[in-house]
Amino acid sequence: MRVLAQIAMVMNLDKCIGCHTCSVTCKQTWTNRSGMEYVWFNNVETRPGQGYPRRYEDQEKWRGGWELNRRGALKLKSGGRFHALATIFSNPVLPEIKDYYEPWTYEYKNLTDAPLGDDYPVAEPRSLITGKPMKIEWSSNWDDNLGGGAEGVAADPMVAKAQARETADRAAVQVKAAFEQTFMFYLPRICEHCLNPACVASCPSGAMYKRTEDGIVLVDQDRCRGWRKCVTGCPYKKVYFNHRTGKAEKCTLCYPRLEVGLPTVCSETCVGRLRYLGVVLYDADKVTAAASTPDEKALYEAQLGVFLDPADPEVRRAAERDGIPHDWIEAARRSPVYALISTYRVALPLHPEYRTMPMVWYVPPLSPVVEALTGTGHDGEDAGNLFGAIDTLRIPLEYLAELFTAGDVGPVRAALERLAAMRSYMRGVNLGDPADPSVPARVGMTPQDIEDMYRLLAVAKYEERYVIPTAAVGDARRLEESAVPDGCGLDAPGGPGMLPSGPPGAGPFGDDSGTYQGLPLVTIENFHASRRRQTADDVSAEEEL
Amino acid sequence: MDTFLWGVLPYVALVLLIAGTLWRYRYDKFGWTTRSSQVYESRLLNIASPAFHYGILFVLVGHLMGLFVPESWTNAVGLKERAYHLLSLYGGTAAGVLAVAGIALLLYRRRTNTPVFRATTRNDKLMYAVLLAAVIMGMWAKLTNSSPSSGYNYRETIAPWARSIFTLRPDISAMEGVPLTYRIHAVIGLTLIALVPFTRLIHMFSAPVQYLFRPYVVYRSRGAGELGRRKERRGWEKVDS
Repeated sequence: MRVLAQIAMVMNLDKCIGCHTCSVTCKQTWTNRSGMEYVWFNNVETRPGQGYPRRYEDQEKWRGGWELNRRGALKLKSGGRFHALATIFSNPVLPEIKDYYEPWTYEYKNLTDAPLGDDYPVAEPRSLITGKPMKIEWSSNWDDNLGGGAEGVAADPMVAKAQARETADRAAVQVKAAFEQTFMFYLPRICEHCLNPACVASCPSGAMYKRTEDGIVLVDQDRCRGWRKCVTGCPYKKVYFNHRTGKAEKCTLCYPRLEVGLPTVCSETCVGRLRYLGVVLYDADKVTAAASTPDEKALYEAQLGVFLDPADPEVRRAAERDGIPHDWIEAARRSPVYALISTYRVALPLHPEYRTMPMVWYVPPLSPVVEALTGTGHDGEDAGNLFGAIDTLRIPLEYLAELFTAGDVGPVRAALERLAAMRSYMRGVNLGDPADPSVPARVGMTPQDIEDMYRLLAVAKYEERYVIPTAAVGDARRLEESAVPDGCGLDAPGGPGMLPSGPPGAGPFGDDSGTYQGLPLVTIENFHASRRRQTADDVSAEEEL
Repeated sequence: MDTFLWGVLPYVALVLLIAGTLWRYRYDKFGWTTRSSQVYESRLLNIASPAFHYGILFVLVGHLMGLFVPESWTNAVGLKERAYHLLSLYGGTAAGVLAVAGIALLLYRRRTNTPVFRATTRNDKLMYAVLLAAVIMGMWAKLTNSSPSSGYNYRETIAPWARSIFTLRPDISAMEGVPLTYRIHAVIGLTLIALVPFTRLIHMFSAPVQYLFRPYVVYRSRGAGELGRRKERRGWEKVDS
């Protein structure tokens, strides 16, 4: 067993409203530069839809990810090592900028500089690639909210794949695309920071690497030679070619922020608070074997088998032996990501069939069920109704299964049933009905499990959603804090510095009156304290300082 | 003049090549790339680029063989001048034609495709001019001085001179009587060698052979020194690159 730590993310798709705030803030932070105009490290896709770049999930065309060769060993779908070097002079399956979209700006100057005339001046769109006037025909979220209509839905490679399965009941798998019948959900995507990254494996220069400390996959800009193999290798198409510098760039999981304990920009600014960040411990020795699992549908379970339980004393011993810092092991124990993935099993990986072992997981969306049931006059949150309805989602289970479990409906249904059970049970609790332990029991959970999961999914605060151990600052902070005593030496009972026992500042005549005897002692506000103050979800956290 | 061309210029070119490459490696690793234009246009490039590169690689092998394998060695393994001449004429011409066709298509693409042309720097244009001139001049020299029956035997003149450069006793007299076209080709070739470190041609030194031998997934540790701000680098920071 070789224990490695990985910072992973879970997104709760039930909560995503498709506002694109994550995309915009990410863009402003990372790709707001020439050469990167077309690049969105974080993008939000409407599903069913084509995605960005268009139809990137069609791996028969784009050749991303891994496949098994005849001997059952892992092999890059884009070809072996010799093939990679033989085709190094031009990448046979590189997406062009137009497969993403042609970026543009507007001729704003025309608005103020146009000569006086009968017509209003307009700001003409200009391509940032050719510099010429252009017709805007596509962008990263052109088919947002099913703007692509029925054709857009039909162009989703996963719809076709779900319908093509031999076991498929074609009628049931039909994604309803008609007006007022259709349904959609949003899928925010960043780099998956995979355990078995195909981009890293395809890089001829060895410039791409996975960091041993936190599992973040990065491109060494000084060693990248611009061969573009990684762009093809990544099945999620989340490595991009900067056409000005001639180098590959990708999502960095905001590592400069993570290193000081801050969440990524996309998580920080997420309006729906649907992202979770935390440490997952895994066994690096098991990764290749798990990724080589012959049956695609077993890859989800295989990946769960690679993760290690941070509460297990043996794992903790092995982790310390392998040099994982203590606060990282502690963070892994409190990790919301591990809880959602392994404990509650409501989060699922995106496209495990690519065999890259992705580490950004998703809680599948349940919302439409409740709404649809309520619309038909039934009690949408009654457990009996809910469980039955999951099989008749407007977005068929089969479609979700193509995204999250390589077509195996079982785990998707199980996750949705747990979410449904949570809704039903918690509604009872909130309405003061007698708790019905049979509902959690139907999904193999205890009432306590359900309440913990509810807390994590519904009310978790900033510090519970983002459990990020710092790189070195964590140690520095401990040292700093240890130099400052917890209380004041004069605070002995009856001593001169004795502070009132109630909340500070509350006196008989209002705040700061009466018994107040001087300023309360606080430790010097350090970086972390000020961050906590600035990011706390309520005022009480501030008072704890 | 002869002393300059055949006694000084080769050393200038070699010093620029070696020193320039070291300098570039130390101070411009970030710029060490081909700045591929494939994201703008893929269809033509997929034909032209492999054609040119494979062609020019064969041409390179031919040059190394012609210049640095003495005639006595090939004679010793039974490859007589006539056979060698035919090999070099047909093999070399085939490789040359492949390279010329490739570079012609690449230039056509670079000129007619707006995004590709916009991404072309002055440095690129100079490099293309010299590279094209070298390839065309080489073909011309070979074809105007050869017929299937016999051809100019540069292995008695140019090759000994080329080898003498590396023994640090340049044999300038060996270049006397060499046809003008060959001499022009040699000078352009030396210029091209000198240009390599300062243009995108530098990418030829990053042929990633190590890819064949390394494990698929590369792990790297962050390293203690890499937390926080990186050190200021020498020279100007590029703001909008």
